[in-house]
Amino acid sequence: MPEANQPTRAEQNTPSEVPPPGHIDGPFDSRSIDLGRIESLQVLDEHGQVEDGLDPKYDDETLLKVHRAMVLTRAFDARMLAMQRQGQMGTFAPNLGQEACMIGQVWSLGPDDWFAPSYRSFGAQIWRGWSMEHLMRLWAGYHSGFPPPDGVKDLPFSIVIGSHVLPSVGLAMAMRRAQDAHCAVVNFGDGAFSQGSVSEALNFAAVEQAPIVFVCENNGWAISTPIDKQSGNDVLATRGLGFGVRSLRVDGNDILAMMMATQEACRRAREGQGPTLIEAVTYRMSLHTTADDPSVYRDESLVDAWKNRCPIARFETYLANRNLLSSEQADQVRAACEQEVLDARTQFRETAVAEPRQIFDHLYAEMPDELEEQRLEYLRRLDRKGVK
Amino acid sequence: MTREIHFRDALREAMSDEMRRDERVFLIGEEVAEYDGAYKVSKGMLEEFGPRRIIDTPISETGFAGLGIGAAMMGLRPIVEFMSWSFSLVCADQILNNAPKMLYMSGGQFGCPIVFRGNDGAGGQLGSTHSWCVESLYANVPGMKIIIPSNPYDAKGLLTSAIQADDPVFCLESERMLSMAGDVPEESYTIPIGKAHIVRPGTDCTIVSFGRAVHFCMEAVETLAKEGIDCEVIDGRSIKPLDIDTIVASVRKTNRCVVVDQSWSFASVGSEVAAEVHRMCFDDLDNHVYRVHSDDVPAPYAWNLEQEMLPNAHKICQAVRGVTYTA
Ligand SMILES: Cc1ncc(C[n+]2csc(CCOP(=O)(O)OP(=O)(O)O)c2C)c(N)n1
Ligand SMILES: [Mg+2]
Repeated sequence: MPEANQPTRAEQNTPSEVPPPGHIDGPFDSRSIDLGRIESLQVLDEHGQVEDGLDPKYDDETLLKVHRAMVLTRAFDARMLAMQRQGQMGTFAPNLGQEACMIGQVWSLGPDDWFAPSYRSFGAQIWRGWSMEHLMRLWAGYHSGFPPPDGVKDLPFSIVIGSHVLPSVGLAMAMRRAQDAHCAVVNFGDGAFSQGSVSEALNFAAVEQAPIVFVCENNGWAISTPIDKQSGNDVLATRGLGFGVRSLRVDGNDILAMMMATQEACRRAREGQGPTLIEAVTYRMSLHTTADDPSVYRDESLVDAWKNRCPIARFETYLANRNLLSSEQADQVRAACEQEVLDARTQFRETAVAEPRQIFDHLYAEMPDELEEQRLEYLRRLDRKGVK
Repeated sequence: MTREIHFRDALREAMSDEMRRDERVFLIGEEVAEYDGAYKVSKGMLEEFGPRRIIDTPISETGFAGLGIGAAMMGLRPIVEFMSWSFSLVCADQILNNAPKMLYMSGGQFGCPIVFRGNDGAGGQLGSTHSWCVESLYANVPGMKIIIPSNPYDAKGLLTSAIQADDPVFCLESERMLSMAGDVPEESYTIPIGKAHIVRPGTDCTIVSFGRAVHFCMEAVETLAKEGIDCEVIDGRSIKPLDIDTIVASVRKTNRCVVVDQSWSFASVGSEVAAEVHRMCFDDLDNHVYRVHSDDVPAPYAWNLEQEMLPNAHKICQAVRGVTYTA
């Protein structure tokens, strides 16, 4: 027992100027609890018309660059699907219909901000500096395809759902400690939100005011599981509020809304105003992966309704109304993007090489002796088999 | 009556037979109901047993594994499907801390008659985080059993035993084998957990293996037979408990032993077998036990590298030639 007049341990550790946590001494507070509001954001309605007074008025160059990136994303996705069907590509997750989410979440990031993609983030990765040829190598199963390109601050994605979200918060917390005024964006799906680790990530981010933006692409599906079976409350943004994270729900098929929301969230993060959760409401128009057949579990008329909400068509109406892009010019962009994708495919076909000898590289910072022995034995094995 | 069915059908028959026989049995996991299972193992089961017994879940391995354990403690008999054992790492606390220790920690009052099952090992280009062989990792833990069928017949018999067992059982399947066909009796039957099976008798060398790797051994054995080396192949069928008696009896006959285990070599099922054989057959051995494992790297995504990294016929032949001094 400590002597009566000696401070207890807890008291010793609490400097006197820091007041004790409120609820310990005070009476039970019986006021109703206000967690705040879920803001929702839509700038372009389904017909491409701007909601009153909301136009962010981005400059022409930015708008056209973003438009092209969305078109390129779609062209790449379509080509990948064709290649997969022809047996030239491995299993991958198509992105159709999620182009505004993809580009919107990364467009305001600089090279020193971090991005943690999911397996459905092609468009965002291309924007961040992955060449399409590199992504083809990745999904076709070349060893050199997996690591991010040099200098691109993207995490390798994890196939284990949700497992990259906590490390992303850790990374953001480290940036804050280092007084590095950049931020991180982490992307995950509606299904991933059911993993406990994602809730833990939100909690830490709030407690630590980590400079991170959580982008949950709520595309309505996790393989065949619809959102109403995934969550008892399908407004996923509300979860952020419960943890004390500023949260908003954005029309994920509205590129202007996505751009505004993420730009503001990243700015706040960089300025030390803490994390934001953006629930981007969108729809998985295509397959879960190329190994999936959605016709067995969903009515395709559901998809038709979303065709009218196409993020690219909507944006093109806006651009046309601003006299920035005629339909002929839009066609030219499409043709140019298609050509760019085909060029990437040619380059992929000509340069991708199997690299069987690199398998032990980078497992440790320094190769341990016993592993080096194993590596040499492995190489002898390849030699015996005549593998180049 | 015996007929030819696929591995996945054999698994389903075991589950359905037990569900018809015992109303305490139910199946829970991601995509198991409406979607018929991510790998179609539970095809049609929702239709037959309804949504109270074939239960779809959110993507929360910790959630449904933990719930299953609670249900088992209340006397139900859950079958928990992991799409991949790789994803069981998310809920390691539930399956390693709660399931195998519940009986012990309650002083025998309530146990945990639960089956966890799903795909184990490389599925074919699923990348390192999705290609785990969990057998060596999990076999280290007391309190649960591990079965690892290598063919449809064993799958049905072993899984039936697992569902009937009063202890937690981990059933390790392989995505690469689900479409494998084999002769399976229509009626229900059990194969005892902890009994190995001699797949091929031979005189020169004992090869011990488990699950999918048994097929790599059978491939190697063909080549070796042409070289005049006659191998006996033992399919362990269960990893925990391990049927060391069958292995020892064989090694006393052949005087040589190779273990083929898909896990990494360090502190593995293969090293356990080797240690026991060295202990029990010390005077019978012509050579130390040789082991074939996956190379000590995360499973690569590239097809050519994945094949090279796993145990394969080439590696097994080398090991057998080594242990028989014919290299
Ligand atoms: C821990 C874990 N459990 C299960 C899976 C299998 N799986 C792969 S993708 C997926 C659905 C994910 O849905 P969501 O998070 O909404 O992302 P989306 O695919 O819609 O982009 C599931 C269940 C996995 N990869 N990891
Ligand atoms: Mg989803």
